[in-house]
This record gives sequence, C-alpha cells and structure tokens, in this order.
Amino acid sequence: MTWQPGTSLAQLQERARLLSLTRDFFAQRQVLEVNTPLLNSGGSTDPFLDSFTTCLEGLAEPQRLYLQTSPEFFMKRLLAAGSGPIYQLGPCFRNGEHSWRHNPEFWMLEWYRPGWSLEELQEETCALVNQLLGTAEYQQLSYKQAFQEVVGLHPFAASLQELRKASHACSGIRAEDLDRDACLDLLISHQIEPALKQQGRVFLTDFPASQAALAAIQKDDEGFPVAQRFELYVQGIELANAYQELTSAEEQAERFVQDNQQRARLGRPQVTPDANLLLALQAGLPDTSGIALGFDRLVMLASGAESLDQVQAFSISRC
Amino acid sequence: MANVATNEFKGGLKVMLDGDPCSMMDVEHIKPGKGQAFTRVKFRNLMTGRVGEKTFKSGDNVEVADVMEIDMEFLYSDGEFWHFMKTDGSFEQIGADEKAMGDTTKWLKEQEVYTVTLYNGAPINVSAPNFIELEVSETDPGLKGDTAQGGSKPATLSTGAVVRVPLFINEGEKLKIDTRTGEYVSRA
Repeated sequence: MTWQPGTSLAQLQERARLLSLTRDFFAQRQVLEVNTPLLNSGGSTDPFLDSFTTCLEGLAEPQRLYLQTSPEFFMKRLLAAGSGPIYQLGPCFRNGEHSWRHNPEFWMLEWYRPGWSLEELQEETCALVNQLLGTAEYQQLSYKQAFQEVVGLHPFAASLQELRKASHACSGIRAEDLDRDACLDLLISHQIEPALKQQGRVFLTDFPASQAALAAIQKDDEGFPVAQRFELYVQGIELANAYQELTSAEEQAERFVQDNQQRARLGRPQVTPDANLLLALQAGLPDTSGIALGFDRLVMLASGAESLDQVQAFSISRC
Repeated sequence: MANVATNEFKGGLKVMLDGDPCSMMDVEHIKPGKGQAFTRVKFRNLMTGRVGEKTFKSGDNVEVADVMEIDMEFLYSDGEFWHFMKTDGSFEQIGADEKAMGDTTKWLKEQEVYTVTLYNGAPINVSAPNFIELEVSETDPGLKGDTAQGGSKPATLSTGAVVRVPLFINEGEKLKIDTRTGEYVSRA
C-alpha cells in the first residue's frame, strides 16, 4: 500500500499539456466539447466488455445503472438531436481489465464527424496524433493483409481448424474450444501486435464483419463482408478504434439481441440494451464516422512511460 | 488438488502444465479493445528448470500442483542420495537424488539449511541459501603486487567448488560466497 501517486510532477504536467492541446485542436476545427453522464440505464451489450453496475436508490423500485464503457450512446443521442460534430474527454469504466496497458477506469477521447467518411476521419486522426505525439509516417494495412503477411493465413477463408492450429502454435493455448473470433483475437494479440511494434503508426482496416460492434458492414475486394472500422496502432499499442457508425435502428436492435444471445452462450450476464439509443436511431442518426482514443495510452506513448500506472495519478493498485 | 481460474493466477503460483509442476513467474492480462480476453503466463517448469510461455482463455482452469518449499538441514550423503532433515522439530528426513540436487552439491555443508522443493511429497529441487560460508582447502600462495590476472586467483573450497578470490586469501580461511553467482563476497 502506498499513498503516493504513480506519476511524477513532470508527467502530470505533460498530461495537462496534452489535454489542453487536444481541446485547442477541436476548438480550431469547430468541434463542440460535450459532457454526458457516466451512468446510464442501458449498458454495453458487447460480449467481451464487462460493465460496473450500481443502483439508484430512493425510487419505488431501485434502478440498476451501468457505468459507461464508452460515451458512445449518449453522444449518438446528441448527434440524432442535431448537435453537429462533437467530442468528449472523460472517464470510462471496464470491469476486470488490469494490466500495464489496461486500467478498469481510464480516460477516453471520443469524437464524431457527421457527414464524414472513415477516410476523412482517418486524416483528422493523423493530424491530431501528429500534434500530440509529433509528426510521423502512417501505414495502412488491412486486417486481411496483416494476417496473410504475419500469420500466413487468410482470416476469412482459412478453416477453423487452421486457425486453431495457428493459435495453439503461437501461444500454447488449448485451442479445441476456440471459435473463429477467439482464434482471430488470439492471433492479433500474440502475433500481429508484436509485429506492429516495429512498424510505428499503423491503421489496421477492414475488420471481420463478426467484429463490427457498432460499425456498418461492406464487402471487401474479394467479396468478404468486412466492418467499416479501423484501429490505430502506435508501437504495437492499440490506441484508437473508429467506425463508420451503424445508423439503422433495426440492425442495432438485432445486434443487441445477438450480443445477449452470445453472452448467454458464454455464461456472461445479460445487459439491458439502451432503449433510448434505439429511439434516437429511429428518429434518425445522421451518417457519421466516430472514433474513440485511449487518452491514458496516448499520454503513455507521449512520455515514453512503460505502464498506465506511471501516467495515471492513481491507477487501481493505488485506490 | 484444487483448480484455479485465470483470475486467480499470480506470480509464485504452482500449477500443473502439460503434466509437470510449474511455477508462474509473470501473469499478463491481454485484451484487444473489442475482443476476447486472454491470460498469458510466463512459467518455470520445476522438473526441467526451463522457462516457457502459455496462454489461457479467460475463465479457464488449471490444476494446482502439490508443491511445497520447506527448509531442511543437510545431514550427509551416502553416494546415491543426499539426506536432509526438517527443521520444524519433527526430525523427519528425506533423501534427494542427483537430479534434484543439480549444481547445489557445489555448496553443500553439514548443518546448513537448504530450501527443498517437494512435489507430491518427493524432492525435485534443492537450492542453497543465497550466501554461504566455506573454507578454502587449496589455493596458491598469493604474490604481493601480482595483478596480471586482475588481482585474483582460483581457490578450491571444502565442497570442491572453485571460485576466484583476491590474492591475499590463504588456505584454511573461511569465505563468504554468493551461491547465485558463484562469486567471492568477503572473508567470513
């Protein structure tokens, strides 16, 4: 136990400087800063995100509330209400995540660009990251290319057996009960991320449709369905995740149901979907791209720190 | 033995991996933002001493290994086994074979206390204390001012181990040795 912060004073100052630069960046581009609640009656149904929950007392029936895993739902409700381009800086919560690059409570920078394509958002992401981390080159790599180059497998065409074999070979994991997505996640984290470490800044694009989350889906050059989603890796660290946002209320409702079905199969708790988000989508979400960037990881990269504990004043081990 | 789930994994935990008892050295939570969580473990195989890595799906279970580390005093060797006695007053004795002894035979001294690792009750490893005092049984007389070899010379200790010592050390002196590096520390 220690009462002291994990950060040095210099690192606190660096964090404040990066926050201020970020706010300047968006102010110059007329993107509005917004603050939405951390508590919501609906939670993230994502099968592999665990929410903290709490209880609102003082009502006839106590109401369960979720601490947000990202500010996405509220920000989309603002977009549907006609906010125009918006950004938010603030805390998010993900239960059970704790490592040198995970903390159950962390800061997210999330922004939305109504009317913009994913490519335009990618350009703006480069501009922001250049401002915060210094200018550098960016590579563009599709999920498929990354797998073919690093793992030697086609991620969409390879058989489940081939994927399991490659997963076991690189990690020793017992692979017989891994499904396709589990194999892909394992290979990304054990083979591709380490390979990206040497590559500087890389945009990984065209994720499998099964990993679309809240992204729209299109066909790739070979006709495989892929998510309109990119991730930015910096020195092998997953820094940001962007979507061409799903705008169909029907499909969103369907994905909520599928997520909860998958949760049931995995023996994970059911999550109440955000009914207000569905209403907002029905009212009409403008076509928009959106991105979430892990701000603490960015501070870590900017200051050359080796863990989040060194850039968060008090990481969970000090709470 | 009981099972442990990935969320209970931590450094020092002894588990069965691929049929051998292993000690966890490092445990890392791995999770792509929207993906599944894994737990990567760096471990030492207690039978072979080899270090390896293995990944588990979050929530997976592994069997705890029946491994205990106990302090035992060295009594004697009969040529085939090295006999140790528990220091808890039970006078219980255990014989370790050559494989379990490994390099520790270099640092064996009667009445010294060693850490004996027991797997299913049988010794699989014996490790020496970090520092041990041993007598010099043989070394050349040091010549004053002879620094041709960096001011040190070989000395054979009572256990047969050979360490480099400063030139002023003489036969019959007791030395403090760091058993982890096999280096001379000081006169005892």
